[in-house]
Amino acid sequence: MLRLEEVKHIAMLARISLTDQEIQKLSSQLSAVVEYIGKLKEIDTKDVEPTSHVIPINNVFRDDNIRQSLSPQEMLKNAPDSNEGFFIVPKIID
Amino acid sequence: MRLNKLTIKELRRLLDKREITPTEILNDIYSQIDRYEDKIKSYITITKDFSYKMAEDAEDHIKNGLMSPLTGIPLAIKDNICTKGILTTCASRILYNFLPPYESTVTEKLLRQKYILVGKTNLDEFAMGSSTENSFFHTTKNPWNMQRVPGGSSGGSAAAVAADECIAALGSDTGGSIRQPASFCGVVGLKPTYGLVSRFGLIAFASSLDQIGPITKDVTDSAMMLNVIAGYDPLDSTSVPIDVPDYVSAIGRDIKGLKIGIPQEFFIEGLDIEVSNTVKEAINKLESIGAIPVDISLPHTAYAVATYYIVATSEASSNLSRYDGVKYGFRASGKDLLEMYMNSRAQGFGDEVKRRIMLGTYALSSGYYDAYYKKAQQIRTLIMQDFKMAFEKVDAIITPTSPTPAFEIGEKTTDPLQMYLSDIFTISVNLAGVPAISIPCGFTQDNLPIGLQIIGRNFDEETIFRVAYAYEQSMDFYKRRAI
Repeated sequence: MLRLEEVKHIAMLARISLTDQEIQKLSSQLSAVVEYIGKLKEIDTKDVEPTSHVIPINNVFRDDNIRQSLSPQEMLKNAPDSNEGFFIVPKIID
Repeated sequence: MRLNKLTIKELRRLLDKREITPTEILNDIYSQIDRYEDKIKSYITITKDFSYKMAEDAEDHIKNGLMSPLTGIPLAIKDNICTKGILTTCASRILYNFLPPYESTVTEKLLRQKYILVGKTNLDEFAMGSSTENSFFHTTKNPWNMQRVPGGSSGGSAAAVAADECIAALGSDTGGSIRQPASFCGVVGLKPTYGLVSRFGLIAFASSLDQIGPITKDVTDSAMMLNVIAGYDPLDSTSVPIDVPDYVSAIGRDIKGLKIGIPQEFFIEGLDIEVSNTVKEAINKLESIGAIPVDISLPHTAYAVATYYIVATSEASSNLSRYDGVKYGFRASGKDLLEMYMNSRAQGFGDEVKRRIMLGTYALSSGYYDAYYKKAQQIRTLIMQDFKMAFEKVDAIITPTSPTPAFEIGEKTTDPLQMYLSDIFTISVNLAGVPAISIPCGFTQDNLPIGLQIIGRNFDEETIFRVAYAYEQSMDFYKRRAI
């Protein structure tokens, strides 16, 4: 069972603000899913290697060549707020 | 003759013989959309003016003798695949106004062939769901029965193909999101092997599981589409550098002596009786045309859904951390940066997306990592081994695609776990990375389509197509249209 305090803590980690009502609801819904997921404990996985990738490919590198990339102007077009090549966010430092 | 009812292959022949033009196909597509789209709502964005411009381009190409297999073919694209300068929302408020500055590799390949974009199709927000009911914009209806869901998350793409509102479509499949809607809508849906099709420009949900694939009216069109979108892409570091065969040439070869595995774990309690009977008949049919059924076991099947909901949500919680109200999309106000982040995410994401981010954050949080994420990745290894061992004995595996036909709108929205369990037969395929197709194999008494899933070895889509085509041609389900 996920306690309300735990749900609040996770919401903070996930950077999502929740109403008290949502916290209540998520506590019961997540508890049901976590309980269901608990069935994995039935299996002994000692000495089983965890899967990191389903197809055996190793680190992928490309040649270190300079290539054309998108311009700052294009990248800022979707920003909710920008100015002179920068993203604008609420004031961070007083 | 209504051209929107035809397949890619049929249209290709008519286009190349100059009996029809791309614009004429498009006229029939848009008259169908004008008639039915209000009821079905397959699309989030319809690009009509752009479509007609693309049709003219395609026509010039054909006139100059420069046609490729998809030149002049009107296709629909799931709205989590980036199309440069064309609204791409992922069915989320948080991307309600996002105009991608670049083109995804799959649509770039289609553009090179001079395809025609009809529009961007509806989905469950961030592809999280099995019914399209989680879309921020609207719920898509099943063209076979408007009270039912089309499945999900690629429900808009499947419905658009089933309703002849496009000729074929692209979807994405993380836990069954191409195959389950294809099954519910009576069309063909393929999840290719992990790494076969580039995900560059696919908005990420769970990166170790996501694959793009085609949704089509028949198996031949599926192979034609895969021929175009498959192949190595340096822009996707999970793309596998292999030679891609001609999938269309795999079609038409008989299946005599081919061994098909029937996993006992898939014929269980909770499997709808009509689905069970229909799939068993399909297996008998495959036997009668030369396949050899073999009983097999995939012993960890019962743990696939639980494994998936740790792996997928953990990866999602990480992937979706980029939506912070700064770089693109929706921003809410807040007195400081933290409050702005938290409000933007609270108001920008829907309930299911928040639920999954929360679950994934929990699974990855301090003290729980070993118990959940690592444990799930270990069980994933066992699930992969199940398939590996099965494929030592058989060439393909046959199962139902979904335990039930299309369910009613609203039936499962209050209980997330019930919704998750509707993907019970498709999820292990993504965990193992192997390819699988869903093809129509019959109808319920209420005239709802039933899907047959054919699973193959890694990078052996050819055998899947071979079995799927042999079955398809032995029956005539694929000729039935929803509307």
